Amino acid sequence: MELTGAEILIRCLQEEKVEYVFGYPGGAVLFLYDALFQQDDIRHVLVRHEQAAVHAADGFARSTGKVGVALVTSGPGATNAVTGIATAYYDSIPLVVISGQVATAFIGQDAFQEVDTVGVTRPCVKHNFLVRDVRDLAATLKKAFYLAASGRPGPVVVDIPKDVSMTPCEFEYPKDISMRSYNPVIRGHQGQIKKAVQLLLGARRPMIYAGGGVVLSEAAEELTRLARRLGAPVSATLMGLGGYPASDRQYLGMPGMHGTYEANMAMHYSDVLLAIGARFDDRVIGNVDHFASEERRIIHVDVDPASISKRVKVDIPIVGNVRDVLEQMLQQIESGPRAEQADTTVWWQRIEGWRDRKCLDYKPSGELIKPQFVIQKLWEVTGGEAIVASDVGQHQMWAAQYYRFDKPRRWLNSGGLGTMGVGLPYAMGAQLAHPDAPVACVTGEGSIQMNIQELSTCRQFRLPIKICLLNNRYLGMVRQWQQMFHGQRYSGSYMDSLPDFVKLAESYGHIGIRVEKPGDVEGALREAFTTRKNDLVFLDFQIDRSENVYPMVPGGKGLTEMILPSEDL
Amino acid sequence: MRHVISLLIENESGALSRVSGLFSARGYNIETLTVAPTEDESMSRMTLVTSGSDDIIEQITKQLNKLVDVIKVIDLSEAPNIERELLLVKVRATGAAREEMKRLADIFRARIIDVTDSSYVIELTGNDRKLAAFVAAIDPALLLETVRSGTCGIGRGERVLKL
Repeated sequence: MELTGAEILIRCLQEEKVEYVFGYPGGAVLFLYDALFQQDDIRHVLVRHEQAAVHAADGFARSTGKVGVALVTSGPGATNAVTGIATAYYDSIPLVVISGQVATAFIGQDAFQEVDTVGVTRPCVKHNFLVRDVRDLAATLKKAFYLAASGRPGPVVVDIPKDVSMTPCEFEYPKDISMRSYNPVIRGHQGQIKKAVQLLLGARRPMIYAGGGVVLSEAAEELTRLARRLGAPVSATLMGLGGYPASDRQYLGMPGMHGTYEANMAMHYSDVLLAIGARFDDRVIGNVDHFASEERRIIHVDVDPASISKRVKVDIPIVGNVRDVLEQMLQQIESGPRAEQADTTVWWQRIEGWRDRKCLDYKPSGELIKPQFVIQKLWEVTGGEAIVASDVGQHQMWAAQYYRFDKPRRWLNSGGLGTMGVGLPYAMGAQLAHPDAPVACVTGEGSIQMNIQELSTCRQFRLPIKICLLNNRYLGMVRQWQQMFHGQRYSGSYMDSLPDFVKLAESYGHIGIRVEKPGDVEGALREAFTTRKNDLVFLDFQIDRSENVYPMVPGGKGLTEMILPSEDL
Repeated sequence: MRHVISLLIENESGALSRVSGLFSARGYNIETLTVAPTEDESMSRMTLVTSGSDDIIEQITKQLNKLVDVIKVIDLSEAPNIERELLLVKVRATGAAREEMKRLADIFRARIIDVTDSSYVIELTGNDRKLAAFVAAIDPALLLETVRSGTCGIGRGERVLKL
């Protein structure tokens, strides 16, 4: 039977078991929307801005591990989507973004709402396609889903011209797919695994540095088994939070610019560092030369060969899917010769010494609401079971530091690109995927306003997200840097003329609560998560304006050159 | 150091810009780039001449391999190889210079492929150093136009870049 391109698209999405499409209609996608209207399997979530469509699909993907799908129109629809696409690309999130395009006969004619979407998105996608012939549509979509989810995941854009969406064609969805130019490595090289295990067992000062790859490859359990078997300390990056239980004794906290003292010291002074699904990002290791100044052997496990030895030279590279490699390592340890394992007692004594610095302690206040206190209470009230979608800035760091994530896929944030405005749409995607789970959006008054229009989407789809706004009336992270490094000249970092967020929430049909005293924090959170469980509650916490994020490794400094809170300015 | 990198890539629209975009986005240097379909029309072969430290060249080959359209990548400079580039030069050829230009072309084993009363077009193939030497030998006042194809390369002996 012949189907139109639009109908073929829907059938392909059904074949891929897509539950939600986040999108916004327009001229070039009218046929796609018409086909979407005439079926019930796939729910369309109408956002209020295309950027939010992609972020919401991304939040859905982060919280489930499935491929997120967004649908936007040509021209401005596609350019609005670019920030969302780039955000997903930097954090390796599997997405398929379908964009409408002007009819093939008009391409290159500067037609109304025409933009070279494939050209514009090329630098920030894993791959992209322009489908010029309806006969290629089904196979292209099959490839798109395969590419998005396999190897190092990432966003794939499929640009569909309007005439392709209306042209009939015989439909057949390919059962499987092989691409001669694309064969990601899954299992690690056995010889390398052997060497790595030997090195780890012999390490006197082992350290595990776990990144987003642990979460992406669903390897939290394997990582925990390996770490316990080795008795090694673990640090999880901003993208890897929840990849190892934060409340475990062997967990040292996050490494890097706003990481813990003990994690950074252990990263620096370890003799064998096992990097798993992490990429030695500049925010994680600080100054490269300083990092390299201490002698240590590095084992680097990553699915992307290009991530290995990109910034830091490693001794044992292992290309493969993180979970498969961890399984191989565990097998190697169990089946290999009973190697004498080095004693790590002295190492742990040093670590406990670093821990005793209590780098995350802050001065409590009876007058002013401390942002750290809000996050700690959020953790208590939700029993650590919430999905926390964060925006970008100081609040993001406090959420990462003080909400202890024991399970993966509960912490959603823009780690690589650092995109303000992701929080609310991430929470939307997560809440749709997990209708019964508590979902919190930790945000700032700068970030929330970058996608505030989505309060309307939340109303339409009855999404009971709890927005925890840490409102300090500053672009706090910018202000912090200006305070520390730019002579306290607060250029552009002051948020003037803020709206009344309580009234704003109410005008969208939600509940708004302003919290001004530390004593009211817990009560407000309890109300939001219990009596107001089924409502979206916008909590506007008026926090201490002067609070800074510590510890901090200033830009260009090494991991051991941290500023601790006791050294506050 | 200078490296000659050869790759096989799907012969699809946009494939070339994925490669050139990668080089500009990551700040890698391209000296020359040539591309044409192979005997199997579904693939193109590309030769890139670039330079950089060993670390950068390693990253370049990894990043090229990562492109979904790229089928195979080799660094030809890792083993004995042959490089060739085509040069076309248009020169003023009048009076005494006409004979001199012919002799110069013979010395370099170049061929004159177009003749008018006042000009020659000369064709020369070789590696980039030979072409540069030839151009340098021509009196600048007589040099009207030059065009170079960019380097293409192939491994010596049994070394083959094939699917």
